[in-house]
Amino acid sequence: MHISTDIWIWIQALLTLAIFTFLYKDNPLFRMAEHLFVGLATGYGFVVVYKNAFYPNVWVPLFQEKQLIFIIPFVLGLMYLTSAFPKISYMIRWPMAVLLGIGSGLSIPLTIQTYIIEQSKSSILRPPYPNLIHWINALILFVGVISVLVYFYFSIPHDRPGVKQISKVGLFLLMLGFGASFGYTVMARFSLLVGRLDFLLNKWLGIRPF
Amino acid sequence: MSVRDFFIKLSKIDRKYIYLIILIGLIIPLVFPPNFPQKMSPQVKRVFEFIDTLPKGSYVILSADYDPSVAPEVHPMYKAVVKHCILRGIIPIGMTLGVQGAGLAVEAFTEAERVLGARRDTDYVFLGYQAGGAVVILGLGEDIKGVYKTDYFGTKTTEIYALKPVKNYKDIALVISFSGSSIPVTWAVYAYTKYGVKVAAAVTGVSAGDFYPYIQAGQFIGMLAGMKAAAEYEYAVNQILKERNIREKPSTDAIRMMDANSIGQLLIILFIIIGNIGYFLSRRRK
Repeated sequence: MHISTDIWIWIQALLTLAIFTFLYKDNPLFRMAEHLFVGLATGYGFVVVYKNAFYPNVWVPLFQEKQLIFIIPFVLGLMYLTSAFPKISYMIRWPMAVLLGIGSGLSIPLTIQTYIIEQSKSSILRPPYPNLIHWINALILFVGVISVLVYFYFSIPHDRPGVKQISKVGLFLLMLGFGASFGYTVMARFSLLVGRLDFLLNKWLGIRPF
Repeated sequence: MSVRDFFIKLSKIDRKYIYLIILIGLIIPLVFPPNFPQKMSPQVKRVFEFIDTLPKGSYVILSADYDPSVAPEVHPMYKAVVKHCILRGIIPIGMTLGVQGAGLAVEAFTEAERVLGARRDTDYVFLGYQAGGAVVILGLGEDIKGVYKTDYFGTKTTEIYALKPVKNYKDIALVISFSGSSIPVTWAVYAYTKYGVKVAAAVTGVSAGDFYPYIQAGQFIGMLAGMKAAAEYEYAVNQILKERNIREKPSTDAIRMMDANSIGQLLIILFIIIGNIGYFLSRRRK
């Protein structure tokens, strides 16, 4: 057993334990750690944004290299801050309008291509397949997409013959999907706990015998 | 007490005992790792083999779009992929679209310097954080050095030796987005669909299910999903380290944690089975 002598490891360990005290009940130790995290994350974020985004992208070109075109994004950015002043807060709409306009223009064609066209293409049966497994996979995908789409198609009553059976297949496949997703979720939640336990046992307490 | 009563009693046990059993079940394998075998799953294999077969001197963008809240799962993946690239002579270009990813990525590259003797700006580049999300992804498709005027450490990107032949995605063999959210899909939308660059996702277990359709459609070349993928990739990279006789003790963080994870999941399966047997037996008694 080799307990860490690194002060930062100790700070991490004590803060982890402080957060874990919430398992018992809400308490000042937990709240202290929580507030410390929020404050630190904000401070860290501010410094990184200033150093990696604001300084090289705004300060240097506008104030050092005197590229006056950068006044436009700089002023638009400043307008976001007007939300703090009720009399001129209407100005926040202008940069938002620019962002929404550019964002929509950029994303609509690409989003349709990515989410609808490419996805639809991949669910169409395209024989021949190299072996039986690929055939089965393609069929499951094809049947799955059609039956789940039917399940979520509410313009036809689901008690009609044919529709009822197909939507039931869709429901069954959805349940399988949820089950698989739940399995992944269990693994992910365990991973977070195991990550902290591993830190406490091995990095802080050095308990591993080899 | 009959077997039926036993199961019914067991299914009504106080949840605190279940927490305690799981805690013990997780701690034991962390202290005494059972070293379960790691067989690479197909999605992980596709990413590993893609990188493994790239020509020396190729460029791969590793975007650390995650934060400490998902680090146990995603950080070992990032470290393993960085090492894999450097071992194969591929130049990883690190970057992040999330503020908190910067510190974690720096740690991964620092470890690669210590273990493999990698040199900054020659064997790897770390560009750091850039605000803008999708706009950054689009910008990289036009001019990487235009989006990142300086790297994370303040060096002008035009002066970085390793970046000299790199202009945009045409010079990039693969982009991997490491994330605990839906950012990899943003890469698929703006980098793959618009510029045709190959994209892979390295994600948490919770979000993995959302990304399978993109693999099926060929929008991702493969995926590293959750702790299991991290352990598989770490194991494969450790094998390369062994082949190269690199004496530094290899990282086994993900492998060790996955062992504990496996025990935890086995316990959960056991509890679900016991709970269900108890439930059905109690219904039959009524």
